[in-house]
Amino acid sequence: MNRRQLLKGAGAAGLGVAMLPFLKTNAFAASTDTAVVLIGNTINSLDIHRPGTNRPSYQVAINCYDRLVSFDLKKLSNGALAYDYEKVIPELAERWEISDDRKVLTFYLRKNANFWDGKPVTAADVKWSFDRALALGGFPKVQMAAGGFVSPDQFSVVDEKTFQIKLNKPSKLSLPDLGVPVAVVINSTVAKTKATADDPWATEYLHKTPLGSGAFKVARWDAGQQLVYERNDQWACGPVPSLKRVVVREVPSQATRRALIERADAQLSFSIPNKDAVELGKNDKVKVIGTPIDNTLYVACLNQIFEPFRDSNVRKAIAYAIPYEQIFQQSAYGLGAKMWGAASATPTEAVWPQPFPYDTNLEKAKEHLAKSGFANGFEVPLSFDLGVSDWAEPSALLIQESLGKIGIKVTLNKVPGANWRTVALVEKKLPFLLDNFGGWLNTPDYYFFWSYIKGNLFNASNYDNPKMKQLIDETLHMETTDPQYKPNILQMISLAFEDLPRIPLYQPTLESAMSPSLNGYTSWYHRQLDARPLKIG
Amino acid sequence: MNRLLVITKRLLQAVPTVLGIVIITFLLTRALPGDPAAFFAGPAATAESIAQIRTQLGLDQPLPVQFMTYLGDLVTGNLGQAITTGQPVLQELISRMPASLELTLFALLISLSISIPLGILAATHQDTWIDQLCRFVVTAGVSLPTFFTGLLLVYVFYFLLGWAPPPLGRLDIISISPEHITGFYLIDSLWAQDFETFWSALKQLILPAITLALFTLAPLARMTRAAMLQALGSEYIRTARACGLSNGKILRTYALRNALLPVITTLGMVFSFSLGANVLVEKVFSWPGIGSFAIEALIASDYAAVQGFVLAMALLFVALNLCVDMLYTFVDPRVKLDG
Repeated sequence: MNRRQLLKGAGAAGLGVAMLPFLKTNAFAASTDTAVVLIGNTINSLDIHRPGTNRPSYQVAINCYDRLVSFDLKKLSNGALAYDYEKVIPELAERWEISDDRKVLTFYLRKNANFWDGKPVTAADVKWSFDRALALGGFPKVQMAAGGFVSPDQFSVVDEKTFQIKLNKPSKLSLPDLGVPVAVVINSTVAKTKATADDPWATEYLHKTPLGSGAFKVARWDAGQQLVYERNDQWACGPVPSLKRVVVREVPSQATRRALIERADAQLSFSIPNKDAVELGKNDKVKVIGTPIDNTLYVACLNQIFEPFRDSNVRKAIAYAIPYEQIFQQSAYGLGAKMWGAASATPTEAVWPQPFPYDTNLEKAKEHLAKSGFANGFEVPLSFDLGVSDWAEPSALLIQESLGKIGIKVTLNKVPGANWRTVALVEKKLPFLLDNFGGWLNTPDYYFFWSYIKGNLFNASNYDNPKMKQLIDETLHMETTDPQYKPNILQMISLAFEDLPRIPLYQPTLESAMSPSLNGYTSWYHRQLDARPLKIG
Repeated sequence: MNRLLVITKRLLQAVPTVLGIVIITFLLTRALPGDPAAFFAGPAATAESIAQIRTQLGLDQPLPVQFMTYLGDLVTGNLGQAITTGQPVLQELISRMPASLELTLFALLISLSISIPLGILAATHQDTWIDQLCRFVVTAGVSLPTFFTGLLLVYVFYFLLGWAPPPLGRLDIISISPEHITGFYLIDSLWAQDFETFWSALKQLILPAITLALFTLAPLARMTRAAMLQALGSEYIRTARACGLSNGKILRTYALRNALLPVITTLGMVFSFSLGANVLVEKVFSWPGIGSFAIEALIASDYAAVQGFVLAMALLFVALNLCVDMLYTFVDPRVKLDG
């Protein structure tokens, strides 16, 4: 058997005979229906529910699967496209109804929505997929719980095309949470045939073979090298993508990715360092798009288990001693949103993130330190994750230098990526650390929920204020139109300003470089590639 | 002694070594800082979900139990699942080892074809410009780090001149990998008589191979030169000259053959360290090799992957040492392979 025969055989087995037509085209690089996308990390699974699936793999859930709902796109002031958290739009569901007590959500699925194998998407598929997200545990379960989906009993099949969710309590987060990458709908008929007694949710099969209804199918996956998407011409849940094929190549070296995009051998280099973004921005042959990441901050956390940090004056001294502008220039290369220097300590807008009322003022810092119980200074290790050293290391060095000037001796503690989560977030035992938490659901209370309540994962500072907790509990599920919503958020922000368990350095951006002819690049809260709106020319 | 018997004996001798390596890597990976369960539980994991993953990975068991499970799996050829790439470790090794070997062997071929003539010339023309050139090449080769040479070559030949193809791994984007026979794309594509793929694979291979060759050139040229000098100064060469043998014959038959022994030893060493040390070359050229796989696994405390990698390398080294010893007997019949 020669290779071509083999390929034909493989194509019949679902591996993608469609690879062949484009194989020998010389005009490949110039074609308008194929794009080459470069990423720096490895996609390690095609199944977002599977334990161990890493972040870069979420893009498969986005491009190959549909959710009940999605978010509309909007144009930002800089001309870039971004998702619009305020506008939840239909994806698999053509419409939905919310009961008067807001505890029952009923979704009506599109009549013409089919899986890739032609089988119609039914409410039973939705139920099976949601049950699976809860059953497999780990991150999908946590993310589903954020929307109030905690038990399979809440999901019911009304009829073939009608799916219902009953909530334990009404929440403004429920609907948007159905649009996050984990809430995908899987072809349960096929998946069930692949399930075994040991593996009732077909994780082994779905790990390598997606079963979706989404805009792209996976034509080929060479783990550690590339993923090839191929358009689903029958996609019913949105405008059929303009690109026929998207080749996602894993290129570990940043320098190589940059050379490739400058030579126009790739159409998009997804997520590039800020330094490159600034330099490439001056190059006419490359277009750079960067947008601030919603509900995300790079912060310095002051852990309450460390005695000096229980002293409010020490925390304020540090907030006045951090060299914000220098950090912004040297670690963010001036890209992002400034989060310091607010004129007033009383917030007036219920938006998050927003600048804190501190700026670099060593005199004030010294005053506060003198008033504290630690007037002679102290020594503290500042920890950061080596995996994000591109911004964390320069920031840490600048903080070290500046705090030294007010008598706080900072030592640097670099923690390897494998260890970071355990010590920083699970054990929460680092006294002073740099963190980069961002919330997928874009409301201030959602950010506070994860990082300002004692015991919650991203509260690496062990911050514990009963008033804050009470406010968050009251507000988390409250509609934003509720008259109490804005006052509550303002109070939370005031507490964050005053108590300073987390001192924001700046709000980061996600930068990508692309060929000038590539249009439709869209920024998302999940920070992953959405290939669906991409278009060449 | 029967050669086959000797080989069998040598292989048997390797068993305790490999066993020792299995134990040591098992213990060392467990001593790595970091908790794979927490790492793989994902971005919003709770203590409960981390515990769940720990159970799935079998990491909640006591060490001796984990070790017995590991041994049991090894016997059945199951090296476990690499969590970083989501594939079985065995499959990763099968696809990545040939990629690294192809690159390393090709680089050594380039390196040998330059270093041995260069070393001989330097030895026969001591202290002339050829000798100085050899010295320069050797010093440059050793002192330039591979990632630097790699990036430099990419910059000049791909970025500026556009002669080299995009550094995107083993094949360009429009080709697909040949059917897996040996895993060496050059061989597999020739086997399938697919010259287009062969050409594509060769083009992709040249730049990383030169990078690696520059690095391995130095010890080989150096050793050839030194061994040749020693051989040329020895008494049997004087005798040969006295007997009126031609210069060429003296060089090839008498001097070179005797000088080759230390060169082969060096070759074995260079091969083994470059196989492990080409991680940086792999990164620069997006080469899906064994080195970058091992590094990623190490960073993530991916136990199964690290253990599989070390085991594979250990077996490879045992085989390599055997090959080197066998080569000795061909080059110098006086050397005996004893068990």
